[in-house]
This record gives sequence, C-alpha cells and structure tokens, in this order.
Amino acid sequence: MSYRVVHYINQFFANIGGEDMAHVPPELREGAVGPGMALQQAWNGGAEIVSTIVCGDSYFAEHEREAREQILAWVKDAKPDIFIAGPAFNAGRYGYACANIALSVQDELNIPVLTGMYEENPGADMRDKILIVSTSNSAAGMRKAAPAMAALAFKLMNGEEIGPSVVEGYMPNGIRKNFFEKERGAKRAVRMLISKLNGKPFVTEFPMPSFDRVTPNPAVKDMSRATIALCTSGGIVPRDNPDRIEASSASRYGEYSIAGVDSLTKGAYETAHGGYDPVYANENPNRVLPVDVLRELEREGRIGKLYDVFYSTVGNGTSVAASRAYAEEYAKKLKDANVDGVIMTST
Amino acid sequence: MVKEIERAGIPVVHMCTVTPISVTVGANRIVPTVAIPYPLGDPSLSAEEEYTLRRRLVQNALDALSTEVEEQRVFERQG
Repeated sequence: MSYRVVHYINQFFANIGGEDMAHVPPELREGAVGPGMALQQAWNGGAEIVSTIVCGDSYFAEHEREAREQILAWVKDAKPDIFIAGPAFNAGRYGYACANIALSVQDELNIPVLTGMYEENPGADMRDKILIVSTSNSAAGMRKAAPAMAALAFKLMNGEEIGPSVVEGYMPNGIRKNFFEKERGAKRAVRMLISKLNGKPFVTEFPMPSFDRVTPNPAVKDMSRATIALCTSGGIVPRDNPDRIEASSASRYGEYSIAGVDSLTKGAYETAHGGYDPVYANENPNRVLPVDVLRELEREGRIGKLYDVFYSTVGNGTSVAASRAYAEEYAKKLKDANVDGVIMTST
Repeated sequence: MVKEIERAGIPVVHMCTVTPISVTVGANRIVPTVAIPYPLGDPSLSAEEEYTLRRRLVQNALDALSTEVEEQRVFERQG
C-alpha cells in the first residue's frame, strides 16, 4: 500500500499560463501534475499523488477565504497522509498561498503538511508554524528541491522522527532539541572567536533574531503645503522602457520626470513588470501610479505639490538586498529635495 | 523599499492589494487597494467611476500620511 498525497500548485506550474491566467479559481485534477511528477518519481511507488489542486496566484491572494474553503473541502475528501504545496521558489504570491493553505490544512484538518520556497519569499515568514523546505530562488532549482521535499515528506508520512533543520533541509522553525555535542562549549566558542578574528567564516550556534522594523515618521502636518512623491514597485516606465528595467529580478530602478505631465496616458507610459498581467496597467498607467488624481489634488490645493520625479522598479523576483539598495539611494534624493511624504504603490 | 524611505526620514504610505505581505515586510502605514494588476483602478467600471474610485483611494493614502502612527497600521478602506 502506498501513502496518499494531495499536491497544491499554481497556474504556472500546471501549465495553464503565466500572469495572464493568475486569476483562475481553484481546480481539482486527478493524479500528479507538473512538479508532482518529480515528487512521485522520488517516492518510487511508496507514495502517490492522488490529486492535484491548482489555483491562480492572484485568485488566492484576492479571494483567500473562498479559495481556502474550496481547497480544504477537497483535501478533506481525499483523506491524504500528507498535503504538499509548491515549491514556490521566490514567487511571492505563490509562496504566500502555499504557506497559508498548508497552515490551514495542518490546523483545521490535522494532516501533516510540507511546502518549499526561497528564504526571502514572504511566505517563508511562517517557517515557525509549518515545515518549509529551503529552495533556491528560481524554478531552475527544482531538480534539487523536489528530491529534498520528497524525502522529508516521506519521513513525515512514515511517522519517522525529523532531524535538525541543517540536516533535513527545512528552514529553522525555532524548535530546539537537546543533544550532546562532541566538544564542550568553551572550545567551540574559542574556535569561533579565532575564526572571526581572522576574518574566516564561522556558524553561530545562536543566531540573533532580526526584526528589521523602522519607527514610523511623524505624520505630514499640513497636506496643503506638502510635497508628495510617487514611487512604485509596479514597473511603470515611459514608453519603450528607456532604462531597460528587467521584467523580473530588476538590476536597476528608473528615475523619471513628470514635470508638466497631467496624467499617465496609454502609449506614453507602460509597465515593465513581468509578474502580473500588464493589460490593465498599459491601458491606463494611472491604475498603478495615480498621477492623474494627484495632479487634480495639486490644482485644488489639497496637496502643496506633486514632486516632479517618480521612482520605479520591478518588484517581481527582485531580491530584498537589491530593493533595499535602490530605495536607499533614491530615498536620499527625495529627502534632499525636501519631499514631505511618499506614496509607494505595489502590484 | 518603504522601509528605506521611512529610514531616510520621510513618512511613507504603502498602497497594495496583498496587505499581509506589506505587514510582513514592515511597512508602517498601509492602505489596501483593489487588485494586483490594477491596484488603483477597476476596468469593470466606467472611466468616470473608476477615476472616482482612484481619487478615493489616493485620499485614503493622504489621510494615512496625515495620521500619526505608533506602530504598523492597515488603514481599512473608507467608503
């Protein structure tokens, strides 16, 4: 007898389509689909994907409650030994969906769950609530991710004890187990210190939590005299994308003058973003960067001034480190220009 | 990116559709929008209605910028 598995994937991995199909509601298919094949192969008959649930990433994000209800009902019917979601790599909405639906299955149906994604994926924030296998940041890492997930999933189905995160490949979930080290603590600490002093790599045994939070700045006091700037991760650029900002994993940001521009008209501006269906943004770029409204508010005196430059990049798959560096640079320019408040729009 | 702007000393409001992600990332002032491909619009509306909707959302963002916050806050949609 082989174990029963239900697998969750998005529209892309089900070969339905890319962003243009991200709106599709959940669908139940029999057997393994896409990446499920690789998992099944690794189990070699020991476990079988009885059904695959496919859901569009935007659908899940925008209709989370409906999607969750439907998916939970299907999983309940299938009575699986495990529920596997993804891997989602660095796809933000997909990772968010994988983590959230896995948590619901685990908590509400009491079924073991497993997902996989890149450590910077927003879904990885739930690593202390569900088991998440750490993967690379792109689907090119499937060859490594699928066997790692399959192996850990099999252990879970088999009721075996799960080893430490560094061995099993899941993200540290905050659970500690006591065991005896071969060497005593003083010796290990001194060795780490020597490595550190010599500028050599070492691995801490007690990483400090990093809560990167920034204290909110005081509110804008008098909006009617304030200069407001617009920024976006939605990839709005002038026609033909003069800086050639990449559709994914952007290596730069753009700085564009809107002096004298009353509205971002179709044809004059467009989106360079490859992570959402561009039809609506291209048809009316104000839907992502609301220049038209801010110009009107400026004329009416509701705001002092719309700053004449906007900053834009593509948030799709762009690493946290890169985004931080871009914004650090342009935030300084905004500050130097005495901008009083910023509206950042994201898609 | 919102955090770097905040760090530079400028109050910033994040307008986005999937607000839980914005909370995770660490934005302080968050205003929910319509949908991922058209945060500040709705193609199913007439041009006029859509503009009114966008104006209302931008007004929410300006109100958020004018509101003192001590910690992260999602400003629920007004009207």
